[in-house]
Amino acid sequence: MDMHFDQHISRQFNDDLESLKTEMLEMGGLVTRQVADAVEALANADSELAEKVLKVEEDIDRCEMEVDEHATLIIAKRQPAASDLRMVMSVIRIARDLERVGDEASKIAKMAIALTDQGSAPRGYTEIRHIANAVRKMLNDALDAYTRFDVKSAMETLAEDEQVDMDYRSAVREMVTYMMEDPRSISRVMNVLWTLRSLERIGDHAKNICEQVVYLVQGADIRHGNEQNLR
Amino acid sequence: MTSMTLNAGAAVPAQDKTNSATDLPNKPATESTSVKTQEDIAETVGSPFCDEAKLRMRNVNVFYGEAQAIHDVSLDIGRNQVVAMIGPSGCGKSTFLRCLNRMNDTIEGCRVEGDLTLDGEAIYGPKVDVVPLRARVGMVFQKPNPFPKSIYDNVAYGPKIHGIASRRAELDEIVENSLRRAGLWDEVKDRLDKPGTGLSGGQQQRLCIARAIAVSPEVILMDEPCSALDPIATARIEELIHELRENYTIAIVTHSMQQAARVSQRTAYFHLGKLVEVNDTETVFTNPEHDLTEAYITGRFG
Repeated sequence: MDMHFDQHISRQFNDDLESLKTEMLEMGGLVTRQVADAVEALANADSELAEKVLKVEEDIDRCEMEVDEHATLIIAKRQPAASDLRMVMSVIRIARDLERVGDEASKIAKMAIALTDQGSAPRGYTEIRHIANAVRKMLNDALDAYTRFDVKSAMETLAEDEQVDMDYRSAVREMVTYMMEDPRSISRVMNVLWTLRSLERIGDHAKNICEQVVYLVQGADIRHGNEQNLR
Repeated sequence: MTSMTLNAGAAVPAQDKTNSATDLPNKPATESTSVKTQEDIAETVGSPFCDEAKLRMRNVNVFYGEAQAIHDVSLDIGRNQVVAMIGPSGCGKSTFLRCLNRMNDTIEGCRVEGDLTLDGEAIYGPKVDVVPLRARVGMVFQKPNPFPKSIYDNVAYGPKIHGIASRRAELDEIVENSLRRAGLWDEVKDRLDKPGTGLSGGQQQRLCIARAIAVSPEVILMDEPCSALDPIATARIEELIHELRENYTIAIVTHSMQQAARVSQRTAYFHLGKLVEVNDTETVFTNPEHDLTEAYITGRFG
């Protein structure tokens, strides 16, 4: 279905919806950058970059509050219906997911700082890089699918989460095995585990964004395993 | 109930230059939605029919002289259901509403074709007397139109002429009940002998509703009942519609999409004399099936 958010009789309404969407997508850009920086800081033991991630986190929180406020104003002033209403609802939900991705990036940054202090972990960096690349791609593709109202690509991206979950579980098994072999490394390997856990959660949030693409375009709610609602 | 001037213009298609009913204004059917033509609307999408239909309309065509205002519309209105009819000016929703109690009979040159039944009885049957029909299918208009009589007589008039009540005590009871149900009793109980025209707009409209329900109709047709009212009076009437639904079947034409969303269980979207979509109100306002419905309720160029 074509989505024509620029064809309202009220041009002001076009602008309101457009800027709401832009605001959310800019937040998405910021959050994607945060994930990349946090992983980079961890891999390179760069505590300065990690500190920067923690600082930018405040901007992301502010973004979420602004998106919420503007969405609330649109509801109050325009009483949006049908696709307009779904646009506003989906932006609110995605902003919430993005904010949580931001939180996960901050957690990773904290692990980076801890590992810089304690000395790097003996294992796990390959797994972190691998999963980080996968979830960053998911996040990018999900937001891209949203901009293009592309259900097909959203569903493809959504499906990638399964692989991420599998990779996460096998990485966890490996880390546990390693800790049993070398108990002295437990504290450092735990930092790797928390990081892997955060990355896996980011994949879930990217999946949630994909579900909102479907909701926006089709009006179908496929969350919580209800993919049968897809048209 | 004379209101021919109120909405008569609402159903005249754009191409109509030869309309024999000269008292109808020849205004264009739609300004903003003229991109789509009638041919683009193949057939009604959604669910126009329901199991327990109070009113059943099949293949209804309405003509004003040569001009066709309604094209092959089929729709059921379920018992104790509120059906909202929405659409741009000139889409035929009011014309269609007026077929349901033969209000169009009074318009010269107006011709109604198709099967329309109330509880299975033909509304346009040869032996149907429109006076008792209109007692069964009452109507409330856009502009409050109380009789130039006292508040009491406005409500008592119908029961009197339909022979529903003759004794004063019976009438008193009907008047009080009707005014109570219309949410007006407390405001007027001490001045029932004062003229109905002296009330405020919102009170007048509730008086007209009291008048309509005084004859115990089975169906109430409302043609933009709140368009002249402030938000408080509108909220009262919407609340009233909600209560009336327990006992009556209601069809309401409204230009307020929010009102349609609030008061109705089903919504019918008309466009250029055709019925484009009928669906549960929830569906229409969150995820309409037809692009034209979507364009209309979201305020887009069609």
